[in-house]
Amino acid sequence: MIQANAVPAADGVEERSVIVAGDYLNKLSGEQIEYECKRRLAAGCKELVVNFAQTELVNSIGVSILLGVIDIASKNGASVVFSDMNEDTVELFDMLGLTKHVTIV
Amino acid sequence: MTTIHDSRFTNHDHDDHKLIHAFGALAELGHEITNKNSFQETIRTSLHLLSGAIGIMRGAAARYSRYAHELNLVAVRGLGDDFPLSLTLTTEDERQFLTNGLHPIEIAEAQVLPFFQIYDVSFADRGLQLFVPLVVREEIVGALFLGEKATGEAYTSYEKEIVCAMGQHIGVAIAQRNLMAEIERHAEENRQLFDEMRSTYHDTVKAFAAAIDCKDKYTEGHSVRVGKFSEIIASELGWGKEEVEGAAVAGYLHDVGKLTVERKIINAPYRINAKESAELNKHPGVGFEILQPIHHPYTDVPLAAKYHHERLDGRGYPDGLKGREIPYIAKIVTLADSFDAMTTDRPYKARRAARDVVDDLKGNIGRQFSPELVTAFLGGMLKELKGETTDKRFRRLLGRDYMEAEGIVEKIRTTLNDVAPTSPMTYVAAAGDILQIH
Ligand SMILES: [Fe+2]
Ligand SMILES: [Fe+2]
Repeated sequence: MIQANAVPAADGVEERSVIVAGDYLNKLSGEQIEYECKRRLAAGCKELVVNFAQTELVNSIGVSILLGVIDIASKNGASVVFSDMNEDTVELFDMLGLTKHVTIV
Repeated sequence: MTTIHDSRFTNHDHDDHKLIHAFGALAELGHEITNKNSFQETIRTSLHLLSGAIGIMRGAAARYSRYAHELNLVAVRGLGDDFPLSLTLTTEDERQFLTNGLHPIEIAEAQVLPFFQIYDVSFADRGLQLFVPLVVREEIVGALFLGEKATGEAYTSYEKEIVCAMGQHIGVAIAQRNLMAEIERHAEENRQLFDEMRSTYHDTVKAFAAAIDCKDKYTEGHSVRVGKFSEIIASELGWGKEEVEGAAVAGYLHDVGKLTVERKIINAPYRINAKESAELNKHPGVGFEILQPIHHPYTDVPLAAKYHHERLDGRGYPDGLKGREIPYIAKIVTLADSFDAMTTDRPYKARRAARDVVDDLKGNIGRQFSPELVTAFLGGMLKELKGETTDKRFRRLLGRDYMEAEGIVEKIRTTLNDVAPTSPMTYVAAAGDILQIH
């Protein structure tokens, strides 16, 4: 399940978007995240926050899609923030190099 | 399937952990490939799994067309819209890739091959590092293009092993798809061939029918019309396309035995005598003899010829069969045959008015004709007369004036009511049919 909370900037453009990943970041929810992110970036968003508070496991498809999000964001001059990851997820992202491209909070 | 990623493993060294993560992806890939997803979807998911297993930023998977010598992209991740969708291989490239087998090629070190020279800029711009020819059973079926890793580090030998293992899976999926396409093409060719044979058979049958009709100058077109009437009856019974065709063929050929009957008997402009009649009555048996050795796509054709002069009441010939002893197809042809005899001019008898013909059919239910066949036939006629169907089969076969005779619609309607399954008359007819068998 994805819940997206946007923080609108003063001029009305959502400069910072928060996207909550589901409890299991698999193919389906992964693609929803990708779709959400693309939509926000197209709307002028400059900072994407992916919240992993409800995420226990991320599989390879999830990793791949997050890599895609990082790629698109950098092409759009936006930054990516991963928040509330559990220990396993941090370690996985660290091992695969995702953490090099994002800010972790 | 979930990725094997558990806190129990967090104390293992980094490489073990990576291997476990990648193994989870491999397991999911196997699952994905045996799934009934679309081919495109399978390859797209497989590319995701491979990228996620190792942490690859960008990549693509392509299928190889050995006829066009082209790699056509099936799934792409992050290569941009201007990356070529189709990449050509030279014979030299093909040869080298086959020799290389399913192993990753470092693009930076393979610049001697024409392929990497031609697409040099495209590959360099996207930071593509590995090219993996998917060689399955000594045939190139596709390729993987893999970009840099998220860590920015070079691919390790163990990661290349994972690329090989997963590439193997993807290659097999493509090979399987190719095989399926091949089978489908063969099936399609086979179907076309069968259609051609069937239409040839039908042409031959019609030519035969015309030849039979030639011999009988007074009943010109009889066999062809009986074929068409039989077809109408079968289709009104709701039979399938092939069965309807079979009924038509049975009608076309029912009088094939007349080919051996002397022309003067067939064309006699008077009622023939007993001897001549005996000669003419041989035609069903002779027809059976002629048709029996031929392998027909529809099994009952010879039987229709043999028994089209039998009657439900047992007063027909050649064997005097009764009721259910008569093959169903023969009953259809009998009705079509009698109907044509009544509705065409004969040397000694003018055609009868449509109303009389309807009365005759009704009067002979249970004696000569099966009730449901008469109902189906008249039902089809009524539909056409009332304009409930666009085809004009009866008008075309019998002439417009004949079919649109005054009061004919009402006549058929009342007849159909009288012979409806609930009416006493049908009951009697049906009972007669059954009683005569025992
Ligand atoms: Fe006949
Ligand atoms: Fe006939």
